[in-house]
Amino acid sequence: MPELIVTKDIDVPGINSLEVYHQHGGYQALAKAVREYQPDDLVELIKKSGLRGRGGAGFPTGLKWSFLAKNDKPRYLCCNADESEPGTCKDRMLMEKIPHRLVEGVIIASYACRINTAFIYVRGELAEAARQVERAVQEAYDAGLIGKNILGSDYSLDVIVHRGAGAYICGEESSLMESLEGNRGYPRLKPPFPAVVGLYGGPTVINNCETLSTLPAILMGGIEWYTSFGTEKSKGTRLFSLSGHVKKPGNYELPLGTPLRILIYDEQYGGGILGNKQLKAIIPGGSSAPILGADKVDTLLDFESIAAAGSMAGSGAVIILNEDTCIVDAILRMTEFYRDESCGKCTPCREGTYWLTEILERLEHGHGKMQDIDRLADICSNISGKSFCPLGDAATSSIVSGIKLFREEFEYHVKHGHCMVGKGAAYGLPA
Amino acid sequence: MISEQSKQRMRDLAARYPVARSAVMPALHIVQQVEGYITPEGLQAVAEVLNLTVDDVESVATFYTMYYQHPKGKKVIKVCNSISCYLRNCDTLVEHLEKRLGVNRGETTPDGNYTLMTVECLASCTTAPVLQVNDEFVENVTLEQADALIDELDRELNARKPESKSEVRL
Repeated sequence: MPELIVTKDIDVPGINSLEVYHQHGGYQALAKAVREYQPDDLVELIKKSGLRGRGGAGFPTGLKWSFLAKNDKPRYLCCNADESEPGTCKDRMLMEKIPHRLVEGVIIASYACRINTAFIYVRGELAEAARQVERAVQEAYDAGLIGKNILGSDYSLDVIVHRGAGAYICGEESSLMESLEGNRGYPRLKPPFPAVVGLYGGPTVINNCETLSTLPAILMGGIEWYTSFGTEKSKGTRLFSLSGHVKKPGNYELPLGTPLRILIYDEQYGGGILGNKQLKAIIPGGSSAPILGADKVDTLLDFESIAAAGSMAGSGAVIILNEDTCIVDAILRMTEFYRDESCGKCTPCREGTYWLTEILERLEHGHGKMQDIDRLADICSNISGKSFCPLGDAATSSIVSGIKLFREEFEYHVKHGHCMVGKGAAYGLPA
Repeated sequence: MISEQSKQRMRDLAARYPVARSAVMPALHIVQQVEGYITPEGLQAVAEVLNLTVDDVESVATFYTMYYQHPKGKKVIKVCNSISCYLRNCDTLVEHLEKRLGVNRGETTPDGNYTLMTVECLASCTTAPVLQVNDEFVENVTLEQADALIDELDRELNARKPESKSEVRL
């Protein structure tokens, strides 16, 4: 059983409480950070660790911290716990079960970046996660781990837990800041980047929940230990949310670079395809990641390898589709998500996601024309790289990759008026 | 009714943030908790406390899906229908609940007890299919479990006195 880092002790009864977390070594990393490191040295440490963001973009964490503008404006840290990428449910688990690990990470990161006010933006729909995090923050305040003069040092920090209210777009860092400031969650033009002009105009660091939760272990274990896991450019371990047609869906922590095949088929993890069916496709990084065919099952799960295979590591959400899945219907379902979640600010995404859904719907239900397949590709090219934020691009991933890998299935819908596989095929009727 | 106590809670929240306007979202959560949905009175109270216009507050309230613009049933059932739940037959679950409750998705039962909605990914993909009842998760939902859930909720709703209003939690 490989070593667990971010999920170590996660099933210890009561680990969500300060007392039990402390008994298991909790907040020793914070003490070490504050007593043995100057803030800038901590930034260097995290740079050397090779830690990359676990939210979706995989940007090097230490490097992001080093971009903070050096001016007089108040600085802020924001933990992005707005987990909303379809397929992803790992941050929720961390917050519900071991919230103090996140809180400790927030304090360490804030100390490293000389930040005195931190926010934890928790997705609105995660009521229990927010309750656990709020309680953990309060316990930490009561124990002098947050507030004035932390652990007797001259470092002070305030932590505010802020609940979202239902908007996938608010997981995008600039929309998150707009939302925190009390506005509609529309993305901002970048540059300037948050590190220069962020929350309330001040330099801001935005890190994912899992990224921050990894910091205590790096502090305690050290660089040599942490970099012994993973690959050359993708260090450490990460949580993979495995879902879809597997026998044992779940959140599994594995070293980066583990073969995808192990995650899907190994008895310790996915246990194989549900019903012992054939694997049809894999979406390796949440629904915003391009679809991979079954022939890519030996891809290694690290940022570089997944990119080389034609997709992206994204949020670590691995979605498995079996041979009975109508790929057109699955893509339609994913596209409806982007249509519903589009903030509406920019025309290519707002209008594009609507039309993509309309065309996919008529293809799925047997009213499509052969030109519709190229029409889909055309709309995608009008969105990709031309919308205001990555949501638009994300909407095109499954369609572009789906047509490339399964074009015949789209054409089948046009020629026969119904699905090639799945429920719709059985009766000659659209599903 | 937005009581003085609720308004004070909003003021306390506003004092926590670097800029008071940031409290508009938690203040709207308070309005919904107290009134069941975002009422005109609720918008007015938030605007007053945070020194914003009602239109400004309403522009925020209408952006986020969790703030209801109309009254809902006593039990709001949200069934996830994004990709991971779709792959584990959430559509069959929704159809089953529609039949059981006698409403289409998006509608409220005539007795005001249930609202059935489909929602986007709820971050519970590894225990699909899932639903939430008044923001609390029910996971790995089989059709039998869905029936048992409605049975239990029916019992709970019938046990309440018919004239009692929903509790105002301050």
